[in-house]
Amino acid sequence: MNVLLDHLAEFREGFIGTVLLTLASGLLAMVLGVIIAGFRVSPVPPLRFFGTAWVTLFRNTPLTLLFLVAWFVVPVLFMPGLNPWTKALIALGFYTSAFVCEAVRSGISTVPLGQAEAARSIGMSFFQTLRLIILPQATRTVLPPLSSIFIALTKNSAIAGAFSVTELFGVQKLLSDQGFAIAWIFLWVALGYLVITFSISGLFRLLERRMGVAR
Amino acid sequence: MSSSVLYDAPGPKARVRNRIYTVVGSLAVLGLIAFTLYRMNVKGQLEPEVWNIFNNAGVRTSIRDGVLTTLKVFAVAGVLSLVLGLLLAVARLSEHKAVSRLAAGFIELFRAIPLLITIYALWVLFLTYKHSLGFVGDNTAFWALVIGLTVYNGCVQAEVIRAGVNAVPRGQVEAAYALGLRKSQVMTMLLLPQAVRSMLPTMISQLVVTLKDTSLGYIITYSELLFAARTMANNIIVNGENPITAVVIVVGAIYVALCLALAGLATWIERRGRRAKTGIAVAAATEPSVVDGTD
Repeated sequence: MNVLLDHLAEFREGFIGTVLLTLASGLLAMVLGVIIAGFRVSPVPPLRFFGTAWVTLFRNTPLTLLFLVAWFVVPVLFMPGLNPWTKALIALGFYTSAFVCEAVRSGISTVPLGQAEAARSIGMSFFQTLRLIILPQATRTVLPPLSSIFIALTKNSAIAGAFSVTELFGVQKLLSDQGFAIAWIFLWVALGYLVITFSISGLFRLLERRMGVAR
Repeated sequence: MSSSVLYDAPGPKARVRNRIYTVVGSLAVLGLIAFTLYRMNVKGQLEPEVWNIFNNAGVRTSIRDGVLTTLKVFAVAGVLSLVLGLLLAVARLSEHKAVSRLAAGFIELFRAIPLLITIYALWVLFLTYKHSLGFVGDNTAFWALVIGLTVYNGCVQAEVIRAGVNAVPRGQVEAAYALGLRKSQVMTMLLLPQAVRSMLPTMISQLVVTLKDTSLGYIITYSELLFAARTMANNIIVNGENPITAVVIVVGAIYVALCLALAGLATWIERRGRRAKTGIAVAAATEPSVVDGTD
């Protein structure tokens, strides 16, 4: 108990760090994931190939390795002078984008073919079909997997703490290095993560209820 | 090109357009690859000396040892997590409320906590009580990694197995009870075999996650593939700098190959299971999603 109260400032900073990192990399992952999903379902072979390569690469690489790439390879080859937070954002965002892409793609592919054919045969354009027929239905199937992807992202952001980004795991490491009992630190840090993951799943359950339809 | 949800089979105009996009897309992808290679060349990462390190016997040995260590951790943690998953699934399905609640709480807790937090806490704990915990000995990092992986993945496997058990038709259980089978017999002879058989692809996909997560050993300085490679790269100097880029590319390729092999096995079992006419439907070879079950 004392560990929490005496180091409330550290815990608060770590908590906010985890939340911010999760939000930012979640946003990056969404943008990248939707774009790559668009590539994967497009009628253009090289783009499909690029999408498949992207997903295969990022889904089968350990996140720790991506952190190493972001820390030691990206600055050397492309952009020197990135701060740790941006590097963590890149690693987490790119890794998660592969999972978002797969969720979006499978959401699109669960829309029955007849729906789109019906839409086209009554004269809807591509974008009308997409906006009015496909996306509303795809969104409903995509929400549950997206929820678990974001929960996984929250948990994965712990790795950033090991690479000197301020977040909850960093707090655990810092305080345990200072010699405080690990059990209490573990408990409070775990509680911090539980708060975030339960908020995400609650938020998504709310969204699902708002968007749900009686079938 | 057959029609899909998004577009019809292309007509003559669309075919021309698609062909233009194909050319533009190919150029863009090639441009990206060329740009990466160009940057690597500029930074001296394509020099023969940099890649020549992989001809060195010492480098090869340390990569091989790293792979073997990773596989060792994966094998122990994989087997233990399956055992724990089976036990937790049975406990959670128990008719004794206390046992079932306890198992549910354990599963929910450890699934919601980042694996790294658990592993690090275990590591510090083992280091602190090194002498009282005889089995740990000098392998503190190994056991922290293995037990952390086991607990987390065991919880996920438990949920997967439970989903499999719940998919067995209720009538089969009733028939078994009507024949006079005991609860333990129904579980071991009827429910678990079908559940494991149908969930095997999903379980193997979770093992891929276990394999990837062994790389967390890097953070607790356990010499699995990633840490071994990084240490090795730090000890080599080629053209005045450490060949980290080259080493990371090789190690990444090894990880991707290992994971793809395991994922391929899952897909193969799934396809084989789909052909079979007996038993309940075989699950998809995808990672189980962490849906927090309130049921």
